[in-house]
Amino acid sequence: MTTTIGDGDHFSLHVNGIRCEVTDSWLGESLLDVLRDRLGLLGAKGACEQGECGSCSVMVDDVLVCSCLVMAASVVDQPIVTIEGIAPIDAPSDVQAAFVEAGAVQCGFCTPGLIVAAHDLLERLPRPSETQIREELAGNVCRCTGYGRIIEAVQQVAVRRAGGGS
Amino acid sequence: MTVVERVTAPAGAARPGTIGTSPTRPDGVAKVQGRFEFSSDLSADGCLWGATLRSPHPSARIVSIDLSAAWQIDGVETVITAADVPGAMHYGLIAQDQPVFASEVVRYVGEPIAAVAADHPETCRRALEAIVVEYEMLDALLDPERAIDASHPPIHPDGNVIRHQRIVCGDRSATGDVVVEGTYEIGMQDQAFLGLEAALAVPDPGGSGVELHVATQWLHEDRTQIAACLDLPVESVRLVLGGVGGAFGAREDISLQVHTCLLALRLGRPVRIAYSRAESFLGHVHRHPATIWMRHHATSDGEIVKIESRMVFDGGAYASTSSAVLINAVTHAQGPYRCPNAVVDGYAVRTNHLPCGAMRGFGVVQACFAHESQMDKLAAACGLDPVEIRLRNAMRTGDPLITGQPVLNVAPVERCIRDTAALPLPDTPVGGFPMEDGALDVMRLPGGAGRTADRTDIVRGIGWGVAIKNLMYSEGFDDYSTARYRLADGVATLKFATSEVGQGFVTIAPQIARTILGVDDVVLDRIDTQVGSAGSTSASRQTWMSGGAVDAACRTVRERLFEHVGRTHDVDPLRLVVDGTDLVDTVSGWKMPVAEASAGVVIDETVEYRHPATGELDENGQGNCHTAFAFVAHRAVVDVDPELGLVKVVQIATAQDVGRALNPLSVLGQIEGGIAQGLGLAVMEEIIQVDGLIRNGNFTDYLLPTFLDMPDVVATLIEEPDPHAPLGAKGVGEPPCISSTPAIVAAIRDALCQVDGVGKPLERVPVRPSDICL
Repeated sequence: MTTTIGDGDHFSLHVNGIRCEVTDSWLGESLLDVLRDRLGLLGAKGACEQGECGSCSVMVDDVLVCSCLVMAASVVDQPIVTIEGIAPIDAPSDVQAAFVEAGAVQCGFCTPGLIVAAHDLLERLPRPSETQIREELAGNVCRCTGYGRIIEAVQQVAVRRAGGGS
Repeated sequence: MTVVERVTAPAGAARPGTIGTSPTRPDGVAKVQGRFEFSSDLSADGCLWGATLRSPHPSARIVSIDLSAAWQIDGVETVITAADVPGAMHYGLIAQDQPVFASEVVRYVGEPIAAVAADHPETCRRALEAIVVEYEMLDALLDPERAIDASHPPIHPDGNVIRHQRIVCGDRSATGDVVVEGTYEIGMQDQAFLGLEAALAVPDPGGSGVELHVATQWLHEDRTQIAACLDLPVESVRLVLGGVGGAFGAREDISLQVHTCLLALRLGRPVRIAYSRAESFLGHVHRHPATIWMRHHATSDGEIVKIESRMVFDGGAYASTSSAVLINAVTHAQGPYRCPNAVVDGYAVRTNHLPCGAMRGFGVVQACFAHESQMDKLAAACGLDPVEIRLRNAMRTGDPLITGQPVLNVAPVERCIRDTAALPLPDTPVGGFPMEDGALDVMRLPGGAGRTADRTDIVRGIGWGVAIKNLMYSEGFDDYSTARYRLADGVATLKFATSEVGQGFVTIAPQIARTILGVDDVVLDRIDTQVGSAGSTSASRQTWMSGGAVDAACRTVRERLFEHVGRTHDVDPLRLVVDGTDLVDTVSGWKMPVAEASAGVVIDETVEYRHPATGELDENGQGNCHTAFAFVAHRAVVDVDPELGLVKVVQIATAQDVGRALNPLSVLGQIEGGIAQGLGLAVMEEIIQVDGLIRNGNFTDYLLPTFLDMPDVVATLIEEPDPHAPLGAKGVGEPPCISSTPAIVAAIRDALCQVDGVGKPLERVPVRPSDICL
């Protein structure tokens, strides 16, 4: 299973349960650039290139990271989950559905990162307080919504998962 | 008129997906799945990357440009400069004064000088580094006053004053019993949309034309400017809206459009350019920094007698929309208050700072911070509270502006204030509720967990802001929107060139069609230039304008359908109406589903909607220059640590005049999002320039409001349908970010005043910790 980095530009990543060969990268490339430019997974977005906005959020080994700050070649042995791996296209997750229904999406550029971050939050804290939602998601910047509808969406999912709604 | 259909209907009676309901966005699922294609996600077979060389100096003469080393780098396909621009050398929204590439002088840090196309962004970066430009430094013009007093030589052939406009109204010698004045400063704010500038240009075979996929606010205006620079007929330049990751005014001007097309046409291959965040700060216009002196005269009981003001807006190196921003500022100097006499003098000037242009609020943000700060001073001087002074002066429908223009729209200023005041104050104690384990919730303290605010030092303050905002374009501009509605065999298709930037026009356009025509399923065609212009997604105008065009197109199609059904079913078309999804004969009660009635029929109508013409301002600033107005009130509650200068905004209450909420959830999204940007300007956001160099052009140093900075918002929608609006609905995008800023600053002042009975003037935004604690 372990993949060694061979001649410096060939390695593989485990993305959304699939082993992906990265053949034309250079060692210093960020995970974000490799996902987008080498693997064609365009769901993670680049908006600040320095880990401030969270638009590029993905899970690496069950830890939420800014993929713009992770060197792709440093995570060859770790499972990576991107927005594309959150749920099947024909069956959006409860978080995805709640974002759409609650009005948590405007331009949508921050949305994929926020969906990944919200899933992570609700896995770790199934019944988050409003302060916890704000603190946990504070690494994801949204310029359109003012956050109110996003908080509402996360709260709706928490209630439904606890059996408080359909 | 068109406005009464839903207003008279009982609440909750609307058919799902029609006007007044909140259906989900048609692009919502794609966006939450990461499948929505933003302009930065676009590519094409054989696509090359482009990049732009920019000036490191605010003012310098270009002595020479040596491209030879760049050409020799493997993978570099072309390098272009001003010498390669086939058509117009300059572009601009109002005045064409900005070079496609600087050739003789550079006028701001970040001005484009050359562009390269290569096989990879890294190759582009190396090529840019290999270009050698020799500069001769010039004395930079950085003080706007020196542009006005002519003590600095012109930095542009068009001169250093972009526009000067005065307003003289009533008796200029009038005085009041009470006089208050102040000089207010507003910092340069960045729109900071998350989706960085990106475009893909695909040339036609033989270079006869080009298709540009780009995130923009106004496809047709871009096309006009691009075609002129490319020396191509307008119809040979086709624009397609690339997915837009926010705009807020920053995509109204050309940035990478011409460069991308030039590279693609030169090479006969697709080229994409994508800006970095650092480049984005240099590559688009910003909110004008401004200095506003204002003096209010009032009677001893607080009635405004006269306003005097001098406004100086720093437009930076190129004109962009500075002249229109200035006009908005000077014509909104009075705020939403009656004012019989005024003397206002405004300048928009050119400097070697970053160019400034449109940002949400467009000149009114700056004016509002000044007039609302003044209203609080006036209240204090008259011994009135901030609500009472505003109620006493509140504008009503029919009242004249200081331009002499009567406000003919619904003007529920008093109701905005009273409804805001009626909203509950926060029930959270200072510093927030303790957590479940009884411990202090530090995240609710000013400064959060990373700072050391002491709960016992924190003081809570309350402040007010009220605003008037013009809607649509002004000063005689031929402002129109186009929509095409095609009903073919029961399938309804809408086409328009209205830029969807996140605001949700793609949601409300089908709502309008469902309401007017009784269809359930509406197909949205691609947003591009293959239909007439929709005008810009700016000035809070698209719901009114493109909404008006969609409404008119649907009504025209409906008339044609009535005629068809009249012929085929022997019914008088004049007796037909749409009720739900049925066509109904109002006399006989005969009905038929719209879907059935339209089977086998093709009706295709394209309609342009125009608002009533506006006029120019004369030399004394008199004239009916604006189209329509909307109003809003904000009440801010803040917790302040006066020792550390830290602020936590606890709550914003607002009542907004929306005319009619076509999609209440979308309206709420505009309100909350706009308040976040108003909060940013109040206490966080400012582009810092030192000697013309930007010092914080990144998201680590340019601070944006996060989840933890944003307060609870409590909002009331004031729905008094405006008879002048095609659907009764006013634009709602800009008002939320206008008076939220002065409300927050007033709340900070109120808190500080409680500490020592004196407080701090806080005449500058954003308010910095040092302004509070030193």
